[in-house]
Amino acid sequence: MFRNQYDTDVTTWSPAGRLFQVEYAMEAVKQGAAAVGLRSTSHVVLATVNKAASDLSSHQRKVFKIDDHIGVAIAGLTADGRVLSRYLRNECINHAFVYESPLPVSRLVVRLADKAQVCTQRSWKRPFGVGLLVAGLDETGAHLYYNCPSGNYFEYQAFAIGSRSQAAKTFLERRFESFNSYSRDELIKDALFAIKETLQGEKLTSSICTVAIVGSGEPFHMIDQKTLQEMIDAMEIKEDSAADEAPMQDEDKSTEAAPMDI
Amino acid sequence: MALSRNWMYENNGGTCVAIAGSDYCVIAADTRLSVGYSIYTRDYSKICKLADKCVMASSGFQGDLKALQKNLAAKHLIYQHQHSKQMSCPAMAQLLSNTLYYKRFFPYYTFNILGGLDSDGKGCVYTYDAVGSYERVGYSAQGSGAGLIIPVLDNQLKSPSPLLLPAKDAVTPLSEVEAVDLVKDVFASATERDIYTGDKVEIVVINASGIRQELMELRKD
Repeated sequence: MFRNQYDTDVTTWSPAGRLFQVEYAMEAVKQGAAAVGLRSTSHVVLATVNKAASDLSSHQRKVFKIDDHIGVAIAGLTADGRVLSRYLRNECINHAFVYESPLPVSRLVVRLADKAQVCTQRSWKRPFGVGLLVAGLDETGAHLYYNCPSGNYFEYQAFAIGSRSQAAKTFLERRFESFNSYSRDELIKDALFAIKETLQGEKLTSSICTVAIVGSGEPFHMIDQKTLQEMIDAMEIKEDSAADEAPMQDEDKSTEAAPMDI
Repeated sequence: MALSRNWMYENNGGTCVAIAGSDYCVIAADTRLSVGYSIYTRDYSKICKLADKCVMASSGFQGDLKALQKNLAAKHLIYQHQHSKQMSCPAMAQLLSNTLYYKRFFPYYTFNILGGLDSDGKGCVYTYDAVGSYERVGYSAQGSGAGLIIPVLDNQLKSPSPLLLPAKDAVTPLSEVEAVDLVKDVFASATERDIYTGDKVEIVVINASGIRQELMELRKD
């Protein structure tokens, strides 16, 4: 994408029918650290890579709890993500106040998408520079949505966004057809594998990633570092002793062997 | 307010009591909901858990109480999102006062008592009027039976009198078991003479190990 005379304003169309500012906003998402989401029939897992600005600073928060049944992972301008999380939380609280029931995920993502669209059609605004993976559970089941800065949203079985997310997407494309029957632990393991793909050789430890899960009987929460590190270690033991394409049954046995206090 | 054609309030009766101890807090309310000389239900809870260590009991208009509880619960959720922790009892006390005063010119018709543990783990009780004037006390009663109960608490709790100046910390030296027994006794007494108090009393005890609840039968007449 190169600079041209139609990209100064979000309210200027290019002759080819493109809004360059919106497309540049989507580029900002691609620059952010990776985030992946996976969905089974009963659970949704979000995992992110936490890049710290330097060794001296703390990690950026990329996963936000929106309500007991919804959480989001963001990639891109985290400040924009924080502001949108506040908006999403308010929407859930207001809905629950009036209707005494949790806001269905599909309705929340529509509101978020409409909010994003507004910023693509006002000359005094700019599009949000953040992509959100919205994970939630409602009456209709488990859902994973991706909201772009353009105002579009799509539902996914599994998805990855951010830098080097293509590696994770390739991994997920190979496996997604069996996700619906996955157990909760298998889903988390595959999320960690997907995150590992985006690291491209860098060592996966619980200090550089965040994993969160929501499911039936399980409100949205982040998995604590200790449990996470145990899962990563169990993963690595399995990897060393068998090939990557190990059948599901083998992975199950290894899961049972490793001590996990979930 | 003077025009009775559109009188917007109703008094559902009932009594609430709270007692603060050195490391516990007892909050109790009867479960009768009445209008005029009729009983609407014998099984209505006037107690609401607002936060981990903070419970509110109110008598007055239960419609306003429901709205007030929802309001506070929503504000508490926002607080938790912003601060990643639960609200302390003193913080909730101030929030309740502000929420009540916000409707100074169309008040919540509720007479509230807030009970819980403060940040030191000591029992605390806050008592309110309908528009948010509040005070931390060692014990309190609100509602139709309050007039029958407060003198007994003044006498039996062995706390320094809250009417003395300078204000002394009025936490009762009684043990948790003694305080709960006293609450049962005062409710039984109030039930005898107050028509709006009776059916059951719901007693909630907050201490370091958490919150527990018990129900005691009262006279049904």
